[in-house]
Amino acid sequence: MTVAIGRRPATPARPGLLRTEQRQGLALMSPTFLFALVMLAAPILVVIAHSFWTQTYLTIDRTFTLDNYRIALTEPIYRDLLMRSLILSMSVAFLTVLLAYPVAYYISFHGGRYKSLLLFLITIPAWTSYLLRVMSWKVILGYNGVLNTALLGTGIIDEPSTAFLYNTNAVLITLTHAWAVFAILPIYVSLEKVDRTLIEAASDLGDGPIRRFLRVTLPLTVPGIIAALIIVMIPTVGDYVTPRLVGGKDGVMIASAIEVQFKRGANWPLGAALSVTTMIVITVVAVSCVGLLRWAAGRIR
Amino acid sequence: MTRAPRFLGINWLALYVTLYVVFLYLPVLLLPLFSFNDSAVPNFPLSGFTWKWYEGLLTTPAMLDAARNSAMVGVAAAVTSTLLGICAARAMTRYRFRGQKPMSALIMAPLVLPEIIIAVALLLVMLRLGLQLSLLTVVLGHVLICVPYSVTVLIAGFEGFDRSLEEASTDLGETAFGTFRRVTLPMVAPAIVSSLLVSFTISLDEFILAFFLTGTDATLPVYIWGQLRFAARLPGVLALGTIMLVLSFVLLTIAEIYRRRAARRANVDGGLLA
Repeated sequence: MTVAIGRRPATPARPGLLRTEQRQGLALMSPTFLFALVMLAAPILVVIAHSFWTQTYLTIDRTFTLDNYRIALTEPIYRDLLMRSLILSMSVAFLTVLLAYPVAYYISFHGGRYKSLLLFLITIPAWTSYLLRVMSWKVILGYNGVLNTALLGTGIIDEPSTAFLYNTNAVLITLTHAWAVFAILPIYVSLEKVDRTLIEAASDLGDGPIRRFLRVTLPLTVPGIIAALIIVMIPTVGDYVTPRLVGGKDGVMIASAIEVQFKRGANWPLGAALSVTTMIVITVVAVSCVGLLRWAAGRIR
Repeated sequence: MTRAPRFLGINWLALYVTLYVVFLYLPVLLLPLFSFNDSAVPNFPLSGFTWKWYEGLLTTPAMLDAARNSAMVGVAAAVTSTLLGICAARAMTRYRFRGQKPMSALIMAPLVLPEIIIAVALLLVMLRLGLQLSLLTVVLGHVLICVPYSVTVLIAGFEGFDRSLEEASTDLGETAFGTFRRVTLPMVAPAIVSSLLVSFTISLDEFILAFFLTGTDATLPVYIWGQLRFAARLPGVLALGTIMLVLSFVLLTIAEIYRRRAARRANVDGGLLA
């Protein structure tokens, strides 16, 4: 009996600072939490603070101003970069999810006992260096690249095409490749949760395979689709490596502008405002996409 | 289990999945292929087998320095992130307390933030504090992005863990620390090994944070970035990339084996990212 009581939180028999579950949990969590607070929350607050200040040469003027945001939102160069980054990250997210869904579906419904092997197989490329994979796409899509050589060899084209590399499409292909597994996994998880008896019920009630998929499976996996969209969309908006390596002039994204302000351009407040604007805008866009998708899913049913 | 729909006698879904896997592996497998190719331009047809790009790496002092830097940063980041991960994962699985959800959310937040934002935020703070940028600042950044992965791996090892074993140990007179060292730790060891390997691999391959937060010392990805400007150095970079690729693959396969062992002990399953 005493043993059982001793396990309960806040037992008078065991007083002391670290005896209650609340305190023990907090104490154990605090090193990691404090690290995240100091290394993530505080720096982001500092960035937000800087975005309201101004800088002349190396001195920071701490008078509150919205000038940086005015520049970030109205200067054509930043506005265009932001728009392009948004459109690209949305296209990447939707394309990745569209291409990944059948793969996740196949693994979940037809994977059988090879499920975990298939999942591991798909995860491996994602674990290899991102920089190297982007570089590899450059080798594939280049003027003397693998794709051109293959197309020339099969006689589909007569001379190497410059259409593959240094443009928006190259960025789209590379990012869709890079984020594939981040879309497959959440969709796979939601597919695994689909109650198979519901699908059987739908067939017993006379639904064909397509109708059954559209009315049962697809609506039930909307949470997975939403998670996949967000996981892909938010990080890609700030991608730096891909636009720099394969994007050329048309593929430049907002991260390059942010980098310039923090490194060569040395206008930290403007760089901060660009960062904050990007974060806010992508959050708003992501939330709207989620809302739209939920609404659409409700309509299908 | 439903049968795969067929049309004209072909399983189109399986065909699509096969093509998709080819798409996933194409860039990953081309690097090793061209790194053994006896031509300065990575292109088909292959002109002959050679080890010379690998031999060239051994006589490049800058590359060897970068490799040493990456190894140091990777070990430091892996150990720190695993220690922090153990605290958080244990607190998340063993205790229920107020503030648990928002605290976990902040710890896991680096997973969903654009890396460039994390990089500039850390850079700004470090410059404002007057800290000298060095490998140490890179380690701090890497720990931040490794912790969520460590926590995910470790939770799988801690969850479903039979608490009565610990209770028995306490009742038999062990101290809290003694119980942890002699009962808990051996049970969760596979998860810890897995977390160390995964964090090391992430740190080894990470570019953006290292690029922003390093001083004059380059890690391997930063070194590679610098080499990409010179077309003539590409084969050497491909060879280096191949070595990193094989290393990542081996480390992650071992990590996956340990993670499964940990998950089996804890009777839960779930992918590293799922």
